[in-house]
Amino acid sequence: MTAPNQDIQPKRNLAARLLQGLQRLQQRQPHYFLLLLITLVPLLFIRPDIWLMLTISGAAMGLLIFIMASGMTLTFGLMSVLNLGHGAFIAVGAYLGAAVLAFFGGKAAAASLVANLGAIVPALLAALLVAGALGLVFERLIIRPVYDSHPKQILVTVGGAIIIEQLIQVIWGASPLPVIRPQGLAGAIVIGDMTIERFRLLAVVLGLAIYWVMLRVIHHTKVGILIRAGVESTEMVEVLGYRIRLLFMAVFVVGSALAAFGGVLWGMYQELITAQIGAQLMVLVIVVIIIGGLGSVTGCFFASICVGLLNLYVGYLIPPLAGVAAVGLLVAVLMWRPQGLIPVIRV
Amino acid sequence: MLRALLSDDLPRSRLLAAILLAILIGLAGGPFLFEGSVAFRTMSMICIFIIVVASYDMLIGYTAVVSFAHMMFFGLGAYSMAILLRELGPTWPAAAAGLLVGQALSLLLALLLGLLSLRVRAIFFALVTLAVAYSFLQLLTQFYHFTGGEDGVRVRTPAELGPAFRLAESPWQGFNLFGFIGKVLSGEPVDEAWEQSFFTVRLTGRLLMYYLLFGSSLLLFLLMLRMMNSPFGRILQAIRENEFRVEALGYRTVLYRTASVVFAACFTAFAGALFALSTRYVNPETTVSFDLMVFVLLMTVIGGMGTLYGAVIGASLFLIAENYLQDLLRLLSGWAEGLPLLAALFHPSHWLLWFGLLFVASVYFFPQGVVGQLRLWAARRHRRRAAGAYRQAMDGSN
Repeated sequence: MTAPNQDIQPKRNLAARLLQGLQRLQQRQPHYFLLLLITLVPLLFIRPDIWLMLTISGAAMGLLIFIMASGMTLTFGLMSVLNLGHGAFIAVGAYLGAAVLAFFGGKAAAASLVANLGAIVPALLAALLVAGALGLVFERLIIRPVYDSHPKQILVTVGGAIIIEQLIQVIWGASPLPVIRPQGLAGAIVIGDMTIERFRLLAVVLGLAIYWVMLRVIHHTKVGILIRAGVESTEMVEVLGYRIRLLFMAVFVVGSALAAFGGVLWGMYQELITAQIGAQLMVLVIVVIIIGGLGSVTGCFFASICVGLLNLYVGYLIPPLAGVAAVGLLVAVLMWRPQGLIPVIRV
Repeated sequence: MLRALLSDDLPRSRLLAAILLAILIGLAGGPFLFEGSVAFRTMSMICIFIIVVASYDMLIGYTAVVSFAHMMFFGLGAYSMAILLRELGPTWPAAAAGLLVGQALSLLLALLLGLLSLRVRAIFFALVTLAVAYSFLQLLTQFYHFTGGEDGVRVRTPAELGPAFRLAESPWQGFNLFGFIGKVLSGEPVDEAWEQSFFTVRLTGRLLMYYLLFGSSLLLFLLMLRMMNSPFGRILQAIRENEFRVEALGYRTVLYRTASVVFAACFTAFAGALFALSTRYVNPETTVSFDLMVFVLLMTVIGGMGTLYGAVIGASLFLIAENYLQDLLRLLSGWAEGLPLLAALFHPSHWLLWFGLLFVASVYFFPQGVVGQLRLWAARRHRRRAAGAYRQAMDGSN
């Protein structure tokens, strides 16, 4: 041990202590360690003001990913159900949001933010409700018959995703659909040399709010206790007399609704969407939930922000590699911690 | 002899055997039985995809490891071949180098992927491969100086495989079998239809290429059948049924899983190299796109997981239906003209929707696919007949 060593030399140099502290952080709080690593290392290569701008944008992107991914990590943690159709709900949300925003086009085009809310809130609500209902149907029809087998779940949910994607194309057509970004969110705020898009600020605020609510629910409510217990041991919760299937269904519906919620925001962020958006975002969602550790909301949160940040830093430094940065991070994390940042379920 | 060739894994259903024989004869006689370039292309694709789907079935059907990077290895094989032929010129040594490089790269990447993600949990593998395959696609399009990006690479094949090369000066006669049957059924006189059904087949390098495909496909299929019916294949199947037990028996399941991934990758990379030679053009959409991966998944499931014969049936059925289903939908949407929603649903461009429904339904109702269902029927009939014979014998003795 190093303890006696420290007694002899109480004033070791700062660098060694810092290194030791980092090592401890790496072992005990891997999610903070990774976040620190990803935010600070690029600072060596990027000018500080640009770095700050990229960091805020990256955090916004990460929080959007978190909103979309959180549902999937919980459904997997709770019932060990792997839903590869999750991305399709994102696409459904994006298209529904686009449709509702177009319907309230007048309000969205108005200059004041309050008037814009008249278009944004209905869009978000519509996405939440429709995707929630769709999630209920999806869970009943597609997932319920294959609870027991993972390979079948993968096959069936991929099939379900194809069907939903094709239905989107039947309804809205195959060509890319432009999304109206409400006027109040279109501009940017200028602080000194930095410009920060307003929309990204909204994403940050909404993402943090959702994370906060989710943590409150999971850590301070009865339902939350059941969810945590269910992730730990499904059978034990059943033995205690709770209907875990019902709980799972609720989580699935909320997760699907959140995916669609994220989809609406993503659509406004991209301003042009295709039906393939679901399959593309699915990759990011998967990367995030594996890095975070399947079943862990906190892990998912940190992993999302790390992926969002890394995406922007790499996109700024080495543009061709932006698309593969997330997967590179996934491979690195898997080598370092095969179970993900915060392992919840024993795998 | 036949038993040894098929590694003692017989079709076990007369109807299945008949279908397989029909496919074999159709593909063997290929260019001499079907006229036209569409038929030629379809047959070439069937030969290639039999390898791809059979090797995928080794993974998903025999080992229960779901991979989404299968087409990545296909692309790796195809691009290795294309790029090496571009750099070294259209010669046979260059083609051999392309094949070897593709095999080596696939082996290395599959080994890395397997060791990285299979040691945690088989389910991880599906997710990790999905992410890795996506990033491979990204790299292909980003490094366009080397890979041609979205435009792809035009492959210059050795001259012997090109249309300009002549095997023999005098053309042979082909006989359009389906055309003949169609004409006879529609009431034309038999002798007239007989005369008209002959067409000339020019013996060019393309014909040589086709038989190269057919031969490789047949050999590799028999090799895979051999592998899956060997002790190695038995262990893979045992891992599928109960991993814990296999581990308790002293087998290192991770190594067997990884071996299965590596073999599947190398086989499909081989198919990719053949694809590059045969179509003489590779781009991301035709080799590594996610849609293509889903198609391979569909072929495997519809044909029947866990039997290599399913790969033959699935690939043939899908590739023929890909053209045929769109015609059917065109017909249906013509009928449903008055009803806008129905017409939209039946629009030929939405054929994938119907395939998706078919896919989900087949996972629920025919989890064993076409082959499993045919075998089930055969087994049932066999049992019924045995029971009948038993009753008869009992009646006789009374």
